[in-house]
Amino acid sequence: MIQAALVIGFASVGVATLFCLLRLVKGPDAVDRVLALDTLVTNAVALIMLLGIAQATAIHFEAALLIAMMGFVGTVAFCKFMLRGDVIE
Amino acid sequence: MNGSLALIGEALVALLILLGSFFMLVGSFGLLRLPTLMQRLHAPTKATTLGVGGILIASMLYFLFTTGRLSIHELLITLFLFLTAPVSAYMLAKAHLHRSRAEPTLPNTGRPAGWATFDPQAEAADPEEGLRPQGTSSHARQP
Repeated sequence: MIQAALVIGFASVGVATLFCLLRLVKGPDAVDRVLALDTLVTNAVALIMLLGIAQATAIHFEAALLIAMMGFVGTVAFCKFMLRGDVIE
Repeated sequence: MNGSLALIGEALVALLILLGSFFMLVGSFGLLRLPTLMQRLHAPTKATTLGVGGILIASMLYFLFTTGRLSIHELLITLFLFLTAPVSAYMLAKAHLHRSRAEPTLPNTGRPAGWATFDPQAEAADPEEGLRPQGTSSHARQP
């Protein structure tokens, strides 16, 4: 049962990642692209957690946590740069 | 008894995985298809965060059922994502307002004060807020 759910889960999160990539390519404004990157990071965290369930190991949690943190810091840095023209003033 | 409990746990984990991945798909589809940026901000910040929360809870339950120990890592990631999603959405909305929307194009606030993010005094006063002597705070405005 879990195996079937995992297959569907991997497929839908993969398609979701593809949608984010399309928005990243197409986005008319830089803000769209940053939003697509932020969503891409969230999708990556979900994919890593699904991989952890599929392989039944707990070694992927730290990677997921680090990617989530880096994604947030990156989004805030991009927004700061778009707002002020500088990241650290 | 133990077998049926394991079956219920498996069904719960599978259901949470399905729900979470469905919400992630909906969120990213909204990001791709909604017409304006302010509408596009809604889909990833709400649906995708809910979806990743579902998948993280599924992982937590899975390791609780297989190893018998409650792992706290997933709760950490969930808490972190739920705390940071509104902050990054706020930053993105503010960047969008300042880059491509001017104040006259926004709806009226219905008050004497305009939009706070376009108020030059409030913007300039904030960084020195803690350095000021007491009693001269720039936030002492009339309601």
